[in-house]
Amino acid sequence: MTALVEVKGLDKAFGGVHAVEGVSFAVEAGQVYSVIGPNGAGKTTLFNLITGLYIPTKGEVLLNGESTAKLEPNQLAERGMCRTFQQMQICMNMTAIENVMLGRHLQLRSSLFTTLFRLPSLRRNEIAARKRAADLMEYVGCGDYLDAEASAMSYGALKRLEIARALAAEPKVILLDEPAAGLNATETAALEELIRKIAAQGITVMLVEHDMKLVMGISDRLLVLNYGRVLAEGIPEEIRQNPDVIAAYLGG
Amino acid sequence: MLNRFMQSRLRGLMVLALILIILPAFLGNPFHYELVIQMAIIAATVVGLNLLVGFAGQISLGHAGFFGLGAYFTGIATGTYGWSSVPALVVGAIAVGIIAWVVGRPILRLKGHYLSMATLAVGFIIAIILNNERAITGGPDGMPVPALDLFGWELSTFGQYSLFGLDISGVQAWYILVSVVLLLAVWFAQNLIESPIGRALRSVKGSEVAASVVGVDTAKYKSLVFVISAIYASIMGGLYAHFQGFITPAVASFEFSILFITMVVLGGMGSTLGVILGAVVLKLLPQVLADFQELETVMFGLILMLTMIFMPKGLLPTITAIVSKRMRKKAGGEA
Amino acid sequence: MLAEFLQYLFTGITIGATYALIALGFTLIYNASHVINFAQGEFLMIGGMATVSLTAMGVPMVFAVVLAVILAGVLGIALQRFAIAPAKQADVVTLIIITIGASIFIRGIAQMVWGKQYHVMQNFSTNEPIQVFGAVLNSQSLWVLGVGAVMVVALVLFFTKTLIGKAILATSMNKEAARLVGIRTQMVLMLAFMVSALLGSVAGIVVAPITFTSYDIGIILGLKGFVAAAIGGLGSGVGAVVGGLTLGIVEAMTAGYISSDYKDAVAFSMILLVLFFMPRGLFGAKVVERV
Repeated sequence: MTALVEVKGLDKAFGGVHAVEGVSFAVEAGQVYSVIGPNGAGKTTLFNLITGLYIPTKGEVLLNGESTAKLEPNQLAERGMCRTFQQMQICMNMTAIENVMLGRHLQLRSSLFTTLFRLPSLRRNEIAARKRAADLMEYVGCGDYLDAEASAMSYGALKRLEIARALAAEPKVILLDEPAAGLNATETAALEELIRKIAAQGITVMLVEHDMKLVMGISDRLLVLNYGRVLAEGIPEEIRQNPDVIAAYLGG
Repeated sequence: MLNRFMQSRLRGLMVLALILIILPAFLGNPFHYELVIQMAIIAATVVGLNLLVGFAGQISLGHAGFFGLGAYFTGIATGTYGWSSVPALVVGAIAVGIIAWVVGRPILRLKGHYLSMATLAVGFIIAIILNNERAITGGPDGMPVPALDLFGWELSTFGQYSLFGLDISGVQAWYILVSVVLLLAVWFAQNLIESPIGRALRSVKGSEVAASVVGVDTAKYKSLVFVISAIYASIMGGLYAHFQGFITPAVASFEFSILFITMVVLGGMGSTLGVILGAVVLKLLPQVLADFQELETVMFGLILMLTMIFMPKGLLPTITAIVSKRMRKKAGGEA
Repeated sequence: MLAEFLQYLFTGITIGATYALIALGFTLIYNASHVINFAQGEFLMIGGMATVSLTAMGVPMVFAVVLAVILAGVLGIALQRFAIAPAKQADVVTLIIITIGASIFIRGIAQMVWGKQYHVMQNFSTNEPIQVFGAVLNSQSLWVLGVGAVMVVALVLFFTKTLIGKAILATSMNKEAARLVGIRTQMVLMLAFMVSALLGSVAGIVVAPITFTSYDIGIILGLKGFVAAAIGGLGSGVGAVVGGLTLGIVEAMTAGYISSDYKDAVAFSMILLVLFFMPRGLFGAKVVERV
């Protein structure tokens, strides 16, 4: 079985500084795969490379066996890859549910003609998309905000909204960049539950996270980065006992 | 009943239609009509520009270029080559759309001030060409444009017509025509905004990164809205040429571009009715200020500055916010 | 042949030096506050017009120049304090419209005070043209180049040697950090507008004998300065100087060899071409978008 996401010798330098260096790993479909490491280890850079926001200096990423080197982020989305951001990217000029409906963009192809005259087919699709978006908001736990302006929502609700938007695109793999950052213990527990639900649907989850308890609990495999390089890779049990990882985390 | 009306997505359109129906009762002479017709033509243009600036968040300081191209295409096709108006307007719109697509593709990669510089440059180049190709455009002296003909029916501002048994003057016929055009322009704009395409456009303003990771081809949508707003400008430019009966390169000038963008920003970016208000205010202001003679320019600049400093979101959004705040307070007081 | 070429080159460098000074003004304000000041051209107009009318009133040239520059500086401070500072949260486009409103306002006042006609200013020194290899050089061109060079050197010294200059630089790099180390950023922003206005008015004064001056001369000169700044890359001082000189020379060559009707079209085509290949101008900073 080929891996869903395969990273081969990935390298990214910003003016001589290697943010990511020689990173390789593979994620099987259906896994929860986490990337951990100290601050500045290159985790977000790695995600930006995988999702096509950065162009790698060397190496490549394969999605379902296909090289993503020449693909724009929106083309990756067409192939089933979607993500959230550490610095949330919400459209503050729209309502909450419109943000989620934006996630249905690829499923809602309509011609300019249909749009300008607002033909019945468009109206039907819009109603269905709204229903689906409302369900997803309920699913991630921000169903109270349907028609709220995004700019009026709390930080925790926005984090969930971003996940709902990514799910609306019906991805095969979803990348979550520090979804628990800034959340309290109750919210983190709810998030863990949500990630389990998403994984149970058969969606592959890739996670960058600081919260060790959360990561160790839900991950099938982990990748540990340090100064842009792979420090360790394996199942949670192996990572927990790896002396290099312990050294790096306990003041290496 | 009233409640359902207020919630209708077309309430803005209905309010506008109502105003356009009632307005003639207050228009005393042909000069008033002329002013309102010009306002409506320019308002429809800025409704198109607002799609680009207000919704997709892309600055254009050269939009009069497309307005001017539309005006001159119509003027030359009908005047020099004897086309009738409808094909001239349609072919002109297609031609301008293609030009906008060709220049839009590369320059829309630019951001912020660089984009404003590039659009300004495009507008200037168009104006310079119109000024200098004297053999075709008549140069700075301008050129006459024949009266509008709609399928063989000539619509002149000096004519007399009868509609459903009513005798109406040429300007009144024009008034009806531009009212219908403006309502169509607003209806299309609203349909566009409240659609998947419209969400994609707004997401380009909200967060280009977010848009791209859910599959929005941001470059494509930016070009699309640039072309649509250019087509709006082209058609309205063509109508303007027919209505005025005479055009000069001033219709494509930097000053005109600035006037357009100012109407959008002053009225309220991202508010379709707001930008129409912006057009009305900026077209009326010089009339009102004319009494101040020497002080006219000073007052105009001062009012523009003060409005933007104290109402950075624009006239209509600011007014709406104040009114709804009042109403909520009142409702809260009664409860 | 050579004479003709030299003639165009002199014209180009002279007007290019003026563009460079305007572009530097844009750059200064852009760096300090990320505002594109569409009223920049009005500083030039104020400089030229005030000098002309003061000398006409019998004020000696030197004093007239000093007073005109001070007037422009005060105007710069007022622009920042009363128009830009109160609207600091506004959109990029909104700020553009505010500065356009300011420029209309200033132009309106100039029109009231000085009327709509052109005003002529005498050359600083001799009216006798200088012959160089058959080309004719206006003595005022030397003044433009000399003053331009002095201004650039003075700016470099100001930013590298003086505390105030360094404070402006620090504010432009990181406003919050600058505030934390005790820089009064509002003060610094006003200073930046003032220096920018000084630059503009000096450019307006030295170039006035060549171009004449009128209440509306600032529109097109300001725009050319913006083009020059964008060619060089907004925010880059070197870029502003290179952009200004390039623009001036290309314009003069086009007017001389091709068609003076299309000299402005060439300037604007040039900016499109530059931005097409270098979206941030020739010397613009490369920025990595952070997400």
